[in-house]
Amino acid sequence: MTTVNRRTFLKGGLIGGAAASLGLARKGSAATFEGYPDGMGVLVDLTRCVGCRSCEAACNKEQGLPPPDKPFDDYSVFDELHHGQKRRPDEAHYTVVNRYDIPGLDHPLFRKLQCNHCNEPACLTSCFVNAYTKTPEGAVIYNPDVCVGCRTCMIACPFYVPAFKYSSSLHPRIMKCIFCYDTRLKFGRPPACVEACPQEALTFGKRTELLRIARQRIRENPGKYVNHIYGEHEAGGTAWMYLSSVPFEQVGLDPHVPKEPILNYVKDFLGMVPMVLAIWPALFAGFHLLATRKEGGHGHHEEGKEE
Amino acid sequence: MKRFVKEKPDLPIVSHVDSTGRPWTLKEKILLGLSPGEYFAQFFRNPVNWFLIAVFAVGIPLLAQRYLFGLGTVTHASNDYPWGLFLGFGLFGMVPLSASGFMLGTTVELFGRHDFHPIERLALLNGLLGYFFAVVYLLVDLGMPWRIYYPMIVSLGPAAVLFLVAWHVATYLSVQIAEVSPAFFEWIGWLKGKRFVRSIILGLTIAGIILSTLHQGALGALFTYAPAKIHPLWNSSFLWILFFCSSIPAGLSMVIVASTFAKNFMRWRCDKEFLDNVDMLTIGLAKGASYALFTYLFLKFISVAHDNEWAYLLTDWGQYYLLEIVIGVIVPLIFFSLAVKNQSAGLARVGGFITVFGILFNRLNTALVAYNWQLYQEIPHWKEVVITITVYCIYFITYRFILYRWPILYTWKGEK
Repeated sequence: MTTVNRRTFLKGGLIGGAAASLGLARKGSAATFEGYPDGMGVLVDLTRCVGCRSCEAACNKEQGLPPPDKPFDDYSVFDELHHGQKRRPDEAHYTVVNRYDIPGLDHPLFRKLQCNHCNEPACLTSCFVNAYTKTPEGAVIYNPDVCVGCRTCMIACPFYVPAFKYSSSLHPRIMKCIFCYDTRLKFGRPPACVEACPQEALTFGKRTELLRIARQRIRENPGKYVNHIYGEHEAGGTAWMYLSSVPFEQVGLDPHVPKEPILNYVKDFLGMVPMVLAIWPALFAGFHLLATRKEGGHGHHEEGKEE
Repeated sequence: MKRFVKEKPDLPIVSHVDSTGRPWTLKEKILLGLSPGEYFAQFFRNPVNWFLIAVFAVGIPLLAQRYLFGLGTVTHASNDYPWGLFLGFGLFGMVPLSASGFMLGTTVELFGRHDFHPIERLALLNGLLGYFFAVVYLLVDLGMPWRIYYPMIVSLGPAAVLFLVAWHVATYLSVQIAEVSPAFFEWIGWLKGKRFVRSIILGLTIAGIILSTLHQGALGALFTYAPAKIHPLWNSSFLWILFFCSSIPAGLSMVIVASTFAKNFMRWRCDKEFLDNVDMLTIGLAKGASYALFTYLFLKFISVAHDNEWAYLLTDWGQYYLLEIVIGVIVPLIFFSLAVKNQSAGLARVGGFITVFGILFNRLNTALVAYNWQLYQEIPHWKEVVITITVYCIYFITYRFILYRWPILYTWKGEK
C-alpha cells in the first residue's frame, strides 16, 4: 500500500526534531490532492429519504455497536435535543438520521449523517501519529493501535463526525464510520447502510460517476433540487455527497465549511517552520556577537544598571 | 519559617557547611536545616497548606476516578467540545505563561544584559515548571496517556501541527532542565555538571528561542484546523503570530507575579541582591512587556483588518472581543506605561497580574468560548474544574519546594 511506503520513507528521514520539521515543509508546499481516481462514494438524495432508520440499524449490526437505548423503529429520537442540537454520530452510533421540519414544506426532510470520507481528510492531516489512512477505495479508516487519544481529529473535522469512547478508561478510542471498509468496501461491496436503504436514497458508486448522476438529476428535474452538490467541493471534496430540495443549512449541513481542504488553512504556519529553523540560529548568534562585543566576549561581570 | 530564621543564625541554608564548618547532610538540606518536628510544625502553621490539604482531599480521589473509570466520569464527555479545561487552561494557558524562560535566557545570555541576572533563574524555573505541568495536564487529558511517546518513535505523523508541538515541547523541556540544572548542581554540590552546562549555555539559549517561536506559534496554529468552528474574530491565519507575540508579555508578567510572591511571602529565602534589584527589574520587565503588548495589540488590529471583520465588532461577539482586548491588553498597557514613567514597581505589578489574567482569558476564549460559537457554549463539569485546580496546586507546591531550597532567589555562598 502506498501509505506504508510513505510512512517508511518518512521514518527513515526523521532524525530529531529538525528533520521532522523538514517533513512539515514538504507537506506545506505540496499541491492539493484531488482524491484517488477510482475512489468510491455514496450519493445521498434527501428528497428520497423517509426517515425509516434502516441504515442506522444496519450500521449497528454490521459494526457490532452496542444495542441502542431506543429501538431503531422508535421515531421519538427525532425530537431529541442535546444543548439545542439534534443527534450527532457518537460512540454508539456511526450514523444518525435527523428530521428537519422545513417552513413552507408540507412534509419534513430527513438527513443521514456519517463520516463523509473526505479526499484530503482534516482528521488525517491533523493526526500526529498517522492513525488515519485514506484508502484508494475511498474510505478514511482509523488505527486504534497507535492512537494516543488527543482528539485533535475531532477539533479538525468540519462535519463533527469523529466521536471519542469516553466511557472506557483503558481502551478509549475514536469511533467513526469507516465505510464498512474491512467487511465490504475492500471487496467492492457497498456499505451496509446503502444495502439496507429501501428507498434508494443512497447510491453507491465511483465518486466521479456519482457527480455525473447528481448533475443529471438536478438537470432533469428542474425545481426539485437546489443547484448544489454538498460535498463536491466542501472540505476539498468528500466521497459522500448530498442532494437536497432546500438550502443545505436547513437540513443541518453547515454552509460555512470551506470549499478547500482544511489543511490549506494550516499551511501558512507549516510553510514558516523551516524558515525559523534555518534563519534563527544564525540571526540570534549574530545578535549575541553584536550585543556583547564591547565587553570582549561574554564575560559575566555586572554591567551598570540601565536607566 | 520566618520564626526559625530569626532564631537560628545558620538558617536559611546558603552554603554546603554551617557556621561551625560542619557540612549539611542532604536530609538537612531537604528539611531546610530544621529537625523533622520543627519542619512539620512550620508546615502546619501555614494556612496555605491547610487550603492545599483541603483541595487534595477532594481532588486526588477525583484524579483517581479519572484514571480508573475513564475521562467520561469526570467531564461532560462531549464530542462537540473534545478539548476542555485541561487543555484550554493547562496547555494553552500554562505554555504562554512559561515563555519567561526563553525571554530572560535571551536577555541575559544572548544580549548580555547581566543586570537581569538576579531574576534569571526564577524566570528559567518558572518556564520549566510551567512546561512540565502543561505536560501533566496533557497526561490527564489524553485518552491513552501511557502512549505519550508514540509520536516520537512508534508512529509518526510529521505533517501535523501537534507533531511539531509534541517534539518541540519535549525537546524544549530537556533544554529547560539543562538551563535550570546549575541551581540544582550547586545545591547538591556537583560542580562538574554545572560547568558543563555553563559551557553550552549559548547553544541552549538559541535552541530555546527557536523551539519557543515554533511551538508557541504552533499552539495557535492548532486552531486553524477549525476555520468553520471558531468565531472569525478569534481565528485567523495570523493566529500563530498572535499566540507567539502574546506569549512574550505573558512570560514576562508571570516573572513579575512570581517575584512579587517571592518578595512578599518568601522574604527569608531571598538574598540582598534579589531584594535590592527586584523593584528595578520589575520595571524593566514591565517595559519589555509593554512593547510586546503594543505589538500584540497592533497585530490584533491587523488581523481584523486583513480578514475584513469590522462588521463582527458591532455584534455581541464583537463586544466580548473588545472587552477581552481592553482587559487583557489596553488596561495592562496603561499600568505598564505609568509604571515606567513614574518608576513605580507597584504599578508594574498590578499590570503584570492583569496581563496574566488577560492571556488566560484570551486562551480560554479561543479554546472554549468562541469554539463552536454557532452551536452552544459548554460549562465545564465541576469535577473537571476541581481536577484542574488540584493539578495547579501540585504545581504550586512543587514550585515552592524548589524555591525554598535551590539557589534560585539567592546566590549560593559555597563553592560553585
